[in-house]
Amino acid sequence: MTPAGVLAAGAASGDLFVAQNVFFGVIALVMIVSAIRCVTTRNVVHAALWLVLVLAGAAAQFILLGSEFVAVTQVLVYIGAIIVLFLFGIMLTKASMGDDDSVAGEKRLMAGLVAVLLAVVMGIALVDSYSDTRVVIDEPQRFAAVSDAIFSQYIVAFEAVSVLLLAALIGAIVVARKE
Amino acid sequence: MIGVLSELSYWQVTSIRVGAGLVAVLLVAGTLVYAHLFKMVSFMQSRLGPMEAGPYGSLQLMAEIGKFLQKEDIVPRRADRFVFKAAPFVVLTSTFLLLVVLPGGPDAWFISNDLGIYLAMAVSSVSVIGILMAGWGSASKYSLLGGLRATGQLIAYELPLLLAVVGVVIQAETMNLQEIVLAQANGEIFGWGAIGNPFIITQFAGFIIFMIAMQAELTQTPFDMPVAESELVTGYMTEYSGLRFLLFFIGEFATAGVFSAIAAVLFLGGWYVPGLDPADNLFNVIGPLVLFGKVVVLTFLVFWVRFTFPRFREDQLQRLAWKFLVPLALANIVVTGVLKVVV
Repeated sequence: MTPAGVLAAGAASGDLFVAQNVFFGVIALVMIVSAIRCVTTRNVVHAALWLVLVLAGAAAQFILLGSEFVAVTQVLVYIGAIIVLFLFGIMLTKASMGDDDSVAGEKRLMAGLVAVLLAVVMGIALVDSYSDTRVVIDEPQRFAAVSDAIFSQYIVAFEAVSVLLLAALIGAIVVARKE
Repeated sequence: MIGVLSELSYWQVTSIRVGAGLVAVLLVAGTLVYAHLFKMVSFMQSRLGPMEAGPYGSLQLMAEIGKFLQKEDIVPRRADRFVFKAAPFVVLTSTFLLLVVLPGGPDAWFISNDLGIYLAMAVSSVSVIGILMAGWGSASKYSLLGGLRATGQLIAYELPLLLAVVGVVIQAETMNLQEIVLAQANGEIFGWGAIGNPFIITQFAGFIIFMIAMQAELTQTPFDMPVAESELVTGYMTEYSGLRFLLFFIGEFATAGVFSAIAAVLFLGGWYVPGLDPADNLFNVIGPLVLFGKVVVLTFLVFWVRFTFPRFREDQLQRLAWKFLVPLALANIVVTGVLKVVV
């Protein structure tokens, strides 16, 4: 979603969403700084905590777009579960205080390459699909609408993802239990 | 909103809500500490408890706060200063965010929309990050062990907590806490609607699961391994002193109050008392007090258990969550779902 989309939404409903645009900028700035710190810090725990800020920023952006369900799910799944598992795993194994120079290994070049590649591909895909589209946001998205869409229009994809997750779950147990 | 509130501008309504939030956290936490931690446990142990500061020791809490504020705010030398200092605020933020979804009357709410209980469950898990920050940032083995134990426990008991709520959501057909209250107020038990339909009757299994999981989420005895004083000093709070310890302390009791309020809304009818019209404007005044009364009853149960039971062992704790509570909660969902369709 681009600021242009939010702007257009404001224009469509007759007034400019000034507050939304200001907050979009502020949150985006926080997200960018946190994302950069996340990959440049030499402490793994700090990196995970910077990632929390990035993900919380994404949740806040979803709220600005009126997609409350996605925002809350972002908090529940990413901050409440995935980051907690990250931190739990880091602290259970090796959680040195201070800087750890082994973090800045020779993998940096490859990681940077992958990041640039991903940014280019996703950027082109987004611009190509949505270049002229204007998203109109009249009211917050309702939960009922989300569930109706999931269980009618996207039911096949939903079931496929559930089976995939179940398979991953069983696979994890099998790998962990090999005797 | 209430007639008066609708005439106020946005910032005035917002300041009223922020003020109400502060009162709801601080006053409730203070009342719980005085009534339960100071007095109730004292009577259970055949002693008087604090008697000197104020009538019946009612100002003891003020004295305690004064004491904590005067203490030096110590940061261990090897600690990660920023993470260490920010951790209590992350925990307290989660408590304040939990409060946002609670309705206090037909028009006395902070937010009233579909997010409801889903938002509450999501932000309650944010406190885990604060606890892990405190555990790791302290650079102390007791803190780290306490933080890890707390996290393992909070993850394990979040699932039965969520699943226990699903039964109520199926029955009320909404996740909006305000509408859950109204569903109970306007409900009928086999055509008899004198007391509405408090979900504690139809969702009794859910209520029990919710209260047990809540006890664990609050890390109260018998689930207090993260702060087991005989093994870990005070767990992730070990290195904290002064104001920051006070923040953890307030967070602990305020969260107990807010979780009990959520349980009261889900299972005991929230701000509603039988015999009155739920749309009555009177509820905007007495509603918060009714809810507070129900919170005091539920927290009494929490602290009664806390001061009665011995501590679980770590494996017993995990077994209770995964092998008993989760299957029971799933069975409750299936039964509720089938009955919802059939009846």
